[in-house]
Amino acid sequence: MKDSEHLIRLAAVFAGGLLFFVVIRSFFVPSSFGLYGHYRADAIKDVAALQVVHAGHEACEGCHSDVADLKNKGKHAHVNCEACHGPQGQHANDPMSVKPPLPDPAKLCVTCHEANAAKPRSFPQIVAKDHAGDVACNTCHVPHNPRIGDAPAPAHSEVKK
Amino acid sequence: MITRRKMLMLTGAAALAWDSVLAGTPENAPNYRMTDHWWGMLIDITKCIGCGNCVRACAKENNVPEGFFRTWVERYEVPDWEIQDPRVDSPNGGKDGFPPSKSGTTVKSFFVPKLCNHCADSPCVQVCPVGATFVSPDGVVLVDEKYCLGCRYCIQACPYGCRFLHPERETAQKCTLCYHRITKGLTTACCEECPTGARQLADLKNPADPIHEFLRTHSVQILKPQMATGSKGFYYGLDGSVR
Amino acid sequence: MQIPVDGFMYPNEIELQWSVLIVLYPFLTGLVAGAFILASLERVFRVEEVKPTYRLALLTALAFLLVAPLPLQLHLGHPERSFEMYLTPHRSSAMAMFGFVYLWYLMAVLLLEIWLDYRKDIVVMARANSGWKKRLYRVLALGSDNISEAALAVDNHAGWIVTVVGIPSAFLLHGYVGFIFGSVKANPWWSTPLMPVVFLFSAIVSGIAAVMLLYMFTGSRRHRLDTRCVDTIARYLFYAFIIDFSLEMLDLIHRIYEADESFRSLDFMVHSRLYTSHVVIQILCGTVLPIGLLALTQVLHLSEKVRLRTYAVAGVLTLIGIFAMRWNVVIGGQLFSKSFLGYTTYKMGFATREGLLTAIVLVLMPLGILWGLIKLLPPWSDDESLPV
Repeated sequence: MKDSEHLIRLAAVFAGGLLFFVVIRSFFVPSSFGLYGHYRADAIKDVAALQVVHAGHEACEGCHSDVADLKNKGKHAHVNCEACHGPQGQHANDPMSVKPPLPDPAKLCVTCHEANAAKPRSFPQIVAKDHAGDVACNTCHVPHNPRIGDAPAPAHSEVKK
Repeated sequence: MITRRKMLMLTGAAALAWDSVLAGTPENAPNYRMTDHWWGMLIDITKCIGCGNCVRACAKENNVPEGFFRTWVERYEVPDWEIQDPRVDSPNGGKDGFPPSKSGTTVKSFFVPKLCNHCADSPCVQVCPVGATFVSPDGVVLVDEKYCLGCRYCIQACPYGCRFLHPERETAQKCTLCYHRITKGLTTACCEECPTGARQLADLKNPADPIHEFLRTHSVQILKPQMATGSKGFYYGLDGSVR
Repeated sequence: MQIPVDGFMYPNEIELQWSVLIVLYPFLTGLVAGAFILASLERVFRVEEVKPTYRLALLTALAFLLVAPLPLQLHLGHPERSFEMYLTPHRSSAMAMFGFVYLWYLMAVLLLEIWLDYRKDIVVMARANSGWKKRLYRVLALGSDNISEAALAVDNHAGWIVTVVGIPSAFLLHGYVGFIFGSVKANPWWSTPLMPVVFLFSAIVSGIAAVMLLYMFTGSRRHRLDTRCVDTIARYLFYAFIIDFSLEMLDLIHRIYEADESFRSLDFMVHSRLYTSHVVIQILCGTVLPIGLLALTQVLHLSEKVRLRTYAVAGVLTLIGIFAMRWNVVIGGQLFSKSFLGYTTYKMGFATREGLLTAIVLVLMPLGILWGLIKLLPPWSDDESLPV
């Protein structure tokens, strides 16, 4: 026994290290870890708490019911507001001071409707240059209800103001 | 004429409406319970027009760093029978749309939106050494930004290339299926901005979700089924050349 | 900075995730495992000829093991969080066990074996020195002063047990590194059950070559080079290399013959972007050539001087070849798209956190540590007339 005393000292060092580890571990493992699985349950809350940027069409329609009514009559019924107007969370949050800029039809319409062989055949496509030259799309089409002759023109000026 | 909008503004009801969105629209998500949901997405290839709205919406909603993508759109061109040799491009992830293709209509051509498939048996979750990425109880694969080491093993393990290392935060990032939105009764930013309905958020645990009717009546496919990841990204109209 | 891309990559794939530092990590741990297995040849398998390298091999293993986690730490986005691997290791993750395998190998195998083997020397040095050196050696001896015959017999027996446990541990350490890559099903260049075995044998090869070179270098500087010892090591290197080469060829032939969905893409990569590092450096210069040279020394009756020079050349080529193998696994596995439709390029920085300079420093660092360890715990005694 006397001759293996140094091994006992070694074992004591190891045991000390192990104990240290166990104590440290209980301090540092986040409290919500393992609640639902092998992760920090509070991380779910962190992600859920992120800022909403797109208001969602329901929020838009709450105020802009007139535009929604117009849009719902036409081919763009299934196109949500922010698809063209961009994210409006801030505007919805503070409609008085945050005013969204009006989209530029010259750039906007072709984003979807410029012809491309990879687009589904049934999707209405034009080669803008041949279709209208330099004439702006909204000269003939009302964006919220684009079929010519279908929409009352003044309704759109409401948004333009 | 006093429109409804003006009246709401005057009464301050607009702000109220938005508050209810932030808190969870009462009618859609009274008290969001994770165990009541199991999220996925339906992607209809036959409707995608490659406009890039989803990519831009995602970047704005989630502050995605330039050059990295939580969602992107690919354009496939398959010459005749050469299904194993598709030509694919995705300039800037489709964020700026697609230029006209050189081949025109001489080849089969279509767009494929991609995003995290929120796999139920996700290889990225399997390999994370510390539990910094996980499948939430409602079936969304999330990253714990405060716990991620930045070892990038998950990025290597994802068969779909959906993950990246945030260049400043140095943690893995990916699509959260707009978890901060769907838990408040909103749809994802990409679905919100998709003009053709090519993307549909789907709650597989909700029997009233139209996804069930769709899945019953259509042939759908998942990406790389041989990977057996339990993908919940369901594609309708997916061509065999897509990988 | 625009990264050149051929064909189509998924947009997030263009930038490589694992850099040259992750190449270094399996290279360094491979040297550790290989050096330890060489040391155990003498201890467990009683190959008496390699005895002069026993302690040198152990110290080499320790020096490289101490540096092995550094490239990983430098590579992490958040190195300050790496202790989470010990706090909440994810059981399903191949990587999570790294911390434990590493600690086990460092504490329970290598340090223990070195301590038991050196205990007599440490106590003797504690007695012979004074001042801080005395204190240092006393701490190293854990305050024990007992070097009686009986105590040393206990050490010897315990040391043997540690080595026996150590061999599977060394296999585990490096086979496990191979598993980290081999288990990634998304990546066909990595995903093969042969990966741990190939990693293990290439580790043994590189470790034996490294210790052989270090022994030849230190031995010739001390004018006490035991040629018979070097001959034996070279012979073991030759055997291990043949197994390693066979396994790698098996992997290659299997891939070529099976030609699965990934084959065309990988084949093109090996014939283009990876041609120099894979075919020329790894296979031709780093494997076929050294095996040929070693075979010559086995077949022909060469003079001692020519033999030693051949060993030296073969050893250096071996290390280059094994490094290239690590490179081709780690970097090669990220150059092709998981869509199998395109290829990206690895841009190595120079004086960046994961750049070439860092890599060079990390390769030289173990040699510096080894020098320090040799000073602290001399593996040989200089006043001896005969080699140890």
